[in-house]
Amino acid sequence: MSRFLFTFGFFWIIWIGLTSTFNPQEVIAGAVVSLIIASFSYKTFTDYGLKFLTPKKIYYIVKYLIVFLIALVKANFDVARRVVDPKLPINPGIVEYTTQLTDNAAKVILADSITLTPGTLTVDIIGDKLYIHWIDVVSKDPAVIYREIGENFENVLKEIFQ
Amino acid sequence: MVLEIIGYIFVTVGVLFLFLGALGIFRMPDVFSRLQAGTKATTLGGLGTIIGIGFLQPEWFWKLLIIAVFIAISNPISSHALARGSYKKGLRPYMKEGGIDAYAAVQEAEEEKE
Repeated sequence: MSRFLFTFGFFWIIWIGLTSTFNPQEVIAGAVVSLIIASFSYKTFTDYGLKFLTPKKIYYIVKYLIVFLIALVKANFDVARRVVDPKLPINPGIVEYTTQLTDNAAKVILADSITLTPGTLTVDIIGDKLYIHWIDVVSKDPAVIYREIGENFENVLKEIFQ
Repeated sequence: MVLEIIGYIFVTVGVLFLFLGALGIFRMPDVFSRLQAGTKATTLGGLGTIIGIGFLQPEWFWKLLIIAVFIAISNPISSHALARGSYKKGLRPYMKEGGIDAYAAVQEAEEEKE
């Protein structure tokens, strides 16, 4: 039931956002369509449902978004700086990163976030190992890799997915 | 008026980053570094342009916000798929002396299995 409600709410919010109106006709039509789609797609759409709707988790989700947006802007400036530098200061390589997260969805979010943050691109995930193309390999030491690439994200993600 | 100025600032920054992304694709030595330039710079480029238009046309704002979220979700997935696909196809990353390629061992083990 909670999974169904989550799917329904998600679709309905997107519908209202895309039509950008609170005209009753649109809102009701959106509710009906969301209801129909959610009734047969909720099983594949989410495994978690409304589990995240507790104040603590919402706080950490917002915190995650802020951490993520700051990293995103930093990443863009970092890449821009490397691109315009005449010397092209890069030292690329693929490193192995061991995550402490166990949940599949958490791992996917971590991998996506790593891809969008400074100088790193996730090539593959196998078990708890992430293979990451790093445009400026500063160290081959696993502890340094962990700290430089994903520690900020992992600390917040652990709170959300526990 | 203020909204318009903010909007034009966002659009300008976005276009600048899109340009830098294109320049990066031109300058980088191999496919993985190019993906880095192509995906990162274009995320902020695309988001900046879209949010800027949201300020210029306030009635579209929520629509554009949803598009921005979808870009932020799909961009890393597509770049990951491209990187993994090119590695499996046999392309290897450009490395300076003493570079590290931890994925090569995994790839070799997989090829031996086949």
